[in-house]
Amino acid sequence: MRIALLAALAAASFAAAAQDSAPRNLAAACAICHGTDGRAVTKDVIPLAGLPRDHIATQMRAFRDGKRPATVMHQIAKGYSDAQIDAMAAWFASQKR
Amino acid sequence: MKRREFLKLAAAVSLAGCATTPSKARVVVIGAGFGGATAAKYIRLWDPAIDVVLVERDDGITSCPISNLVLAGYATMQEIRHGYDGLRRHGVQIVRDEAIAVDPARKVVRLARGGDIGYERLILSPGIDFTFGDVQGYEAAMASGRVLHAWKAGEQTVALRRQLEAMRDGGVYVLSIPVAPYRCPPGPYERASMVAAYFKAAKPRSKVLVLDANPDVTSKGGLFKAAWKDLYAGILEYRGNAKVIGVDANTMTVKLEVEDVKADVLNVVPPHRAGDIAVKAGLITHNNRWCDVDWRTMESKAVKGVHVLGDATLSAPGMPKSASMANNHAKIAAAAVVELLNGRAPSQLQIINTCYSFVSEKEAIRVSSVHQWDSGQGTLIPVKGAGGVSAARSEPEATYAWNWARTIWADSLA
Repeated sequence: MRIALLAALAAASFAAAAQDSAPRNLAAACAICHGTDGRAVTKDVIPLAGLPRDHIATQMRAFRDGKRPATVMHQIAKGYSDAQIDAMAAWFASQKR
Repeated sequence: MKRREFLKLAAAVSLAGCATTPSKARVVVIGAGFGGATAAKYIRLWDPAIDVVLVERDDGITSCPISNLVLAGYATMQEIRHGYDGLRRHGVQIVRDEAIAVDPARKVVRLARGGDIGYERLILSPGIDFTFGDVQGYEAAMASGRVLHAWKAGEQTVALRRQLEAMRDGGVYVLSIPVAPYRCPPGPYERASMVAAYFKAAKPRSKVLVLDANPDVTSKGGLFKAAWKDLYAGILEYRGNAKVIGVDANTMTVKLEVEDVKADVLNVVPPHRAGDIAVKAGLITHNNRWCDVDWRTMESKAVKGVHVLGDATLSAPGMPKSASMANNHAKIAAAAVVELLNGRAPSQLQIINTCYSFVSEKEAIRVSSVHQWDSGQGTLIPVKGAGGVSAARSEPEATYAWNWARTIWADSLA
């Protein structure tokens, strides 16, 4: 019975995914440079955890639109939509520093 | 399926889980490199009710990233060696043993030193092993200790550094690169640069000869070639379409298709495939080498309930075999496993690759990409218009390279 249920779940649409974890999952990709949950481990990297949401979103858009110079973030930010940027900004803002 | 029905189904599954086991479920992870360690940590972070057992042969990881700097004397082995206490603090149970078989029907992993471990979900992050038979004479040459790959950081990194130190001024270091795909596309070119930097300072009459089985530099080509021209003219020679098919340690010679080349230090990197346990577990799907996966979950396309991460995977389009990617694969798998074990459907992730390469003691270059699920193609593809390489080699990029290394070590292990 349990196996059949699991199989049915595996076949369930990806669109039915829990929305709660989506911003967290998006933000997790940033951790290779910004640290787990945006808590930076070196002084040269901007800690994202606990930064104001609007500030993160504004800076990401500035990187994306070429208004803020960068070594790498101008190339990364172009990979994200406005909705994704807002979701990640809200998630990082809600993390403990 | 309607959402209400789906939720009822999910509730039934999670109750069934509670009725049979005190913890929610057990996930077994095989291999504690960048992929496996990250997966173990993030499952514990995202659902502490899931037990995670991590099976690893070694008592720590020797990082391939930064290991080329050890060859030049710019970093130490101590700096690239990291233990697993950070994972233990997350409640990961570490079993120091080797997984020798997987029985996906019984959902059991067999260990070399005895005992079986059962799992609800299995995550394999086995890295690579070499197909030595592709280079005639390789195993005898390696057994002699004179020919090294040093493509898994550790003892061979130390041994190669010693060979370079012992080499006479005026000697030739040959680096042979296999046909792509191989672990760390820019890695060989970084290594050539590091050895050239060491020669320039310590043995200026010596040569670096790069024999690349690929037609041209496979990653950051313009930036590497500019560095070689500006910094290592007369020291570093690059030859494309130069596939090594044989090696002889007695004569210190590599055999190409048209000629033989002699060297004082012979660093031959053989072609790779997924690590041995992936073969034993029946996970290889392509070219007798790689494991194809569903990129929404990292679940194997060959064996249900088993997720494969890192260099062992059949790479998605434009995706390198890198530490950054293994770490991100692990987050895809961790998110999927947590959702599945809680009776929910996984969501798709979007992931980032960033790889730095040093070209001199103080300067580095970088390549980045963003990878997004494409339902039409059924795989992750690089987002058009995003990603790219450094504008030029620079000291700030070297600072960021060290920051990246320290941060990914912490994100994967601490």
